[in-house]
Amino acid sequence: MSERIRAIMMPKWGLSMTEGLVTAWHLDEGSVVEKGADAVDIETEKITNLFESPAGGVLRRRLVEPGDTVPVGALLGVLADAEVSDEEIDAFVERFNAEFANTLAARAEAADAGPQPETLEIGGHKMRYLQMGEGELLPLVLIHGFGGDLNNWLFNQPVLAERRPVVALDLPGHGGSSKSMRAFDIDSLARAVGEFLDALDLPLTHLAGHSLGGAVSARLALTRADRVRSLTLIASVGLGADINMDFIRGFIGAKRRKDLKPVVEQLFADPSLVNRELLDDLLKFKRLDGVEALLTRLADTVFADGAQAVTLRDDLLGLDVATQVVWGAEDQMIPAAHAKALSETAKVHVLEGAGHMVHMEKASEVNAMIETLAID
Amino acid sequence: MSKKTYRQAINEALAQEMRRDPTVIFMGEDNVGGMGAPGEDDAWGGVLGVTKGLMPEFGRERCLDTPISESAFIGAAVGAAATGLRPVAELMFVDFMGVCFDQIFNQAAKFRYMFGGKAVTPVVIRTMYGAGFRAASQHSQCLYPLFTHIPGLKVVMPSSPYEAKGLLTQAIRDDDPVIFFEHKVLYDDEEEVPDDPYTLPFGEANLTREGDDVAIVTLGRMVKLSNEVADKLEGDGISCTVVDLRTTSPLDEDTIIECAEETGRVVVVDEANPRCSMATDISALITQNAFGALKSPIKMVTAPHTPPPFAPELEDIYIPTPAKIEAAVREVVAYSREVVA
Repeated sequence: MSERIRAIMMPKWGLSMTEGLVTAWHLDEGSVVEKGADAVDIETEKITNLFESPAGGVLRRRLVEPGDTVPVGALLGVLADAEVSDEEIDAFVERFNAEFANTLAARAEAADAGPQPETLEIGGHKMRYLQMGEGELLPLVLIHGFGGDLNNWLFNQPVLAERRPVVALDLPGHGGSSKSMRAFDIDSLARAVGEFLDALDLPLTHLAGHSLGGAVSARLALTRADRVRSLTLIASVGLGADINMDFIRGFIGAKRRKDLKPVVEQLFADPSLVNRELLDDLLKFKRLDGVEALLTRLADTVFADGAQAVTLRDDLLGLDVATQVVWGAEDQMIPAAHAKALSETAKVHVLEGAGHMVHMEKASEVNAMIETLAID
Repeated sequence: MSKKTYRQAINEALAQEMRRDPTVIFMGEDNVGGMGAPGEDDAWGGVLGVTKGLMPEFGRERCLDTPISESAFIGAAVGAAATGLRPVAELMFVDFMGVCFDQIFNQAAKFRYMFGGKAVTPVVIRTMYGAGFRAASQHSQCLYPLFTHIPGLKVVMPSSPYEAKGLLTQAIRDDDPVIFFEHKVLYDDEEEVPDDPYTLPFGEANLTREGDDVAIVTLGRMVKLSNEVADKLEGDGISCTVVDLRTTSPLDEDTIIECAEETGRVVVVDEANPRCSMATDISALITQNAFGALKSPIKMVTAPHTPPPFAPELEDIYIPTPAKIEAAVREVVAYSREVVA
């Protein structure tokens, strides 16, 4: 594809996304755009999000309008330098659309839904993971939080995978992994992830973990520092005592959508991001045999007596691995003040306008932070 | 998670519960098939193939073919449940249930009550219902109102593959007799269904759509049609809640009343005949409890009070259709607009 002319295409957020609804443009035709500028609001069946311009230039064409639903990969707009002629732009659009029509036909024929999760059996336990991307750079491993799964990285993994392999996994008991755990604490979760990395033959990786997954990645880095190149802790457990137990209990206990909704809304600075599909997916997970008991035991161990049971702060201060801490300023689960716990040794970023799911709400900022730390 | 049909979802629920609990067995006419015919094993899986593939794993001891005698094998299933097994009996078409009413109405439904709670009867009777299969009057009825009428029975109406697996798993684990209604037109419908076992609670309706203008209260196959209508009308500025009852007994009265109060306009969509039906029952429930919130009369979209016809043209007229549901929704909306104006 010509470098003088650059395409803005419908992104793919998450496994099931096949098309997206454009709800608003933030750019006018003819405006000068920087890479990362607010470009388009896109609504999927799972979530609504802001899509940022993947490149800079002059926005020469807007090819979709609010209200249009188009498939993943479709051309939304065209960026080019000012001196590129209109004829060239039109030719580009025509060529792109012709090729895309072939892509769509091939997709329909192959029923190709993009990268699919795989599973690995380790010690009788099934671990599900999703691998994306390739490249020279060291692999990155993403570890979700309590009650989450690999889909929590839907805005991060595809972007981070442009230059390296990125593996998002389901922790034991979560997502598509076995609904069983050998022990209900952070150490055993870290051990399971370590065995998983060995089984995938990933001797040296960057790690990013969110919430409980932050503590798991931190524990992993502490036990095998020579095999972790960098550590990004996002709204992480393990840096202080506070934890919102109303959320934990409400999340475990909620059996109906209307009970779960106010609980899950606490995860976001903007509660309108929580839609039916998100809640339905969570309910479907929570209904699986054994999940409620497992989450209860995990919470009872990790958050015993209403406080975080394990503090990794002192150990992490002595850890010789490049580390950063990322937090949403409006986090209602774990206060953003915990971010300061590692300020002596780690870079600390607190992002305004984001809650606990800061990697979803401020995806491009968090992606940039991970890429800045994980340089090799 | 993978896409499964309604048929596969039911088969998987059975297989997983049979693995989990050795007391789970199933029985029915040609549920296995090939009995006594050399070279033929696991030939049928019931008339529409739902139980096919289970016998090789669980053996003929737990996968039973029965004589064509519903009164005998439903009675046997009820007795087996009372004495420690968890039988799942397949009664091919609900239309044939008449010959074993005593076993169901007077025995299974009454044991727990008449023995002061000391007896449990964890039997599931799976059965096919509904029109649209060109199968004429004796193979196309709904009949779930008859069973809903009897205290002591639980009546389950799965509307999709995901619902079918979770509700059947719950039915098998439930200690009361459950009549499990499978719509014969839904068997090839497909959706994402988790591979792991899970249960869906009885007595909790599910809102498959949420809207402000009209509540469509429905069940079974009609949920799918109602969803289509809700999606279409959303584009025209009419937003509908669709209430999938999931079970008619127990009935989630609270959700029905809440949705009626929130929207003020109700359409009940019920494939059964209209006298003494879920449609009339729900309409009465709403009128008694949410009359003050109603902005228009409740509309019922049901089959007419006739047997399901055999002539395809007549059968198509008999079954509630999206067009009829849409017309009813538009009518309740128009009615309230007149009053407001």
